[in-house]
Amino acid sequence: MSTRVSLMGKTALRLFLLVQAVLVVYPLLWNVLASFKTNAEVMESPWKLPTSINWNNYVQAFSTARIGDYMVNSVIIVLLSMAVLLFAAVPSAYVLGRMKFRGRGFISQFYMAGLFIGGVYIIVPLFIFMNDLHMLDNRFWLSAVYATGSLPFSVYLLTGFMKSIPLDYEEAAMIDGCGYFGILLRIIVPMARPGIITLIVFSFFDFWNEYVLAMTFITSDSKKTIPVGLSNLMQIQQFATDWGSLFAGLVIVLAPTILVYALLQKKLTEGMSLGGVKG
Amino acid sequence: MTMAMTMKTKRTLFIIACLLPGLALFCLFKVYPTFQIFQKSLYLWTGLSDKPQFIGFKNFVDLFHDETFLLSMRNTGFLMLVVPVVTIIVALINASVLTQSKLKERGFYRTVFFFPSILSFVVIAILWSFIYHPTMGFVNSGLDILGLGEWAKPWLGDQRTVLWALAITLIWQAAGYYMVMYMAGIDSISPELYEAANLDGATRIQQFFNITIPLLWEIIRVTIIFSINGVLSISFIIVSIMTGGGPDRHSEVVMTYLYSQAFTNSNFGYAMAIGVVVFIISMLLAFISNKLTEKGAH
Repeated sequence: MSTRVSLMGKTALRLFLLVQAVLVVYPLLWNVLASFKTNAEVMESPWKLPTSINWNNYVQAFSTARIGDYMVNSVIIVLLSMAVLLFAAVPSAYVLGRMKFRGRGFISQFYMAGLFIGGVYIIVPLFIFMNDLHMLDNRFWLSAVYATGSLPFSVYLLTGFMKSIPLDYEEAAMIDGCGYFGILLRIIVPMARPGIITLIVFSFFDFWNEYVLAMTFITSDSKKTIPVGLSNLMQIQQFATDWGSLFAGLVIVLAPTILVYALLQKKLTEGMSLGGVKG
Repeated sequence: MTMAMTMKTKRTLFIIACLLPGLALFCLFKVYPTFQIFQKSLYLWTGLSDKPQFIGFKNFVDLFHDETFLLSMRNTGFLMLVVPVVTIIVALINASVLTQSKLKERGFYRTVFFFPSILSFVVIAILWSFIYHPTMGFVNSGLDILGLGEWAKPWLGDQRTVLWALAITLIWQAAGYYMVMYMAGIDSISPELYEAANLDGATRIQQFFNITIPLLWEIIRVTIIFSINGVLSISFIIVSIMTGGGPDRHSEVVMTYLYSQAFTNSNFGYAMAIGVVVFIISMLLAFISNKLTEKGAH
């Protein structure tokens, strides 16, 4: 008896949701369609289907607009950032979540404060400081900055996970003569895997999509990431009015995001209820 | 005894080794720059090769006489007010509709609505530039089809509509994200509460205001702060790609102004003073919204 919504109400509800779904999906669908259109077709009407499947835009995107190179850079930077982040966050969270020592509370609070320091307003001192140390235009240091940006949240998320693992495991391993690093790598990391995977999924999107830092800290064209490459393409195409290859470029950026989302959608939304706002 | 000592040193060394990489990165790329904006905001510093020159609070005095800065503050304030409010309302309604109605398609809508929040802001900004495009955009050609052609206008080129147009883009981007957060919250509310309310004859709308909102209040408070901070940083990307601050600076936001002061004019000290003001304001806003919403908390 809990649902007494009338058929009318239910239809209205469905309509309400459907309209919103169209508002979300249509711009993306249009983007995919437009990537197969010729320039003249793009300018004509946003509601028409392309007359033929035209792969030319994709060829253009890879050859003239060098989307492929930007993509390789993005992949390198995502992998590097992920490696640095895990290397820094997992051991920190382990120690903060499971070992008692002086200063533990302070360090946890210290990281929590970092949650409030946004990326953009410290960009100027960061730029100057990295310039002094010759860290600019370098994919590794950009990745280190990315990893640091995600660090406070990651430590917070993983610490919670670490606390939920029963202590018996470590004690048993200790008795078996396993050292601290052995315990961390062979016992804790496998047990904290759901948390680590959630973290990897979240940071994938952050790193893959990041724009402001990449635009500021990378100067040579050969090292630029995909979002920066796209925004440059947008500037150029406004004058060249070659919209087709811009749309093809957008689709190329969207594709991995959609793929990862389709595969890991459950993990992502679950992760949000785990670490998101419970604190 | 020595055995115990080595065990203890081993443990201490392990703790240090584990904490060091994280703390080093954190101090280098987060804490140090934060201190720098406070310190260097008191300096006149124009150009990387220049030696910074101490000028006290002059940057701040100048800021409050700088009309572009004040305009950018107003625009940012507008977005910080409109975007979180509408985003959270839309997210709450969708979350409660999806969790309460027990529709079969629930999972589908959840997936679809969440999707914009994982897209690159650059992609979103480019897409929405085309949605608002004066000649080939959806909005205008859609109005044309509906026979409302005279309502068509260059949405991003008109100073009366530009901020609203940007606000809609920001809401489109974020509403699904908060919806998923609220859905997780609603799922943890005991279904018996809703059943009891149903038996008492409470309508869906009464249940929304008397059960859902009060029980989600703690989550809503956190998301308000998240959302305000989100607007601050996302508006930078959206504005710099979609409008470049135009027309005639009517969509200039604080972050685009800070950025152009630093990287176009090399006015580093001044840019850091803007950073300090933004930092203080966002802290204040977090504090105020925390205080204002405290009353509703249970």
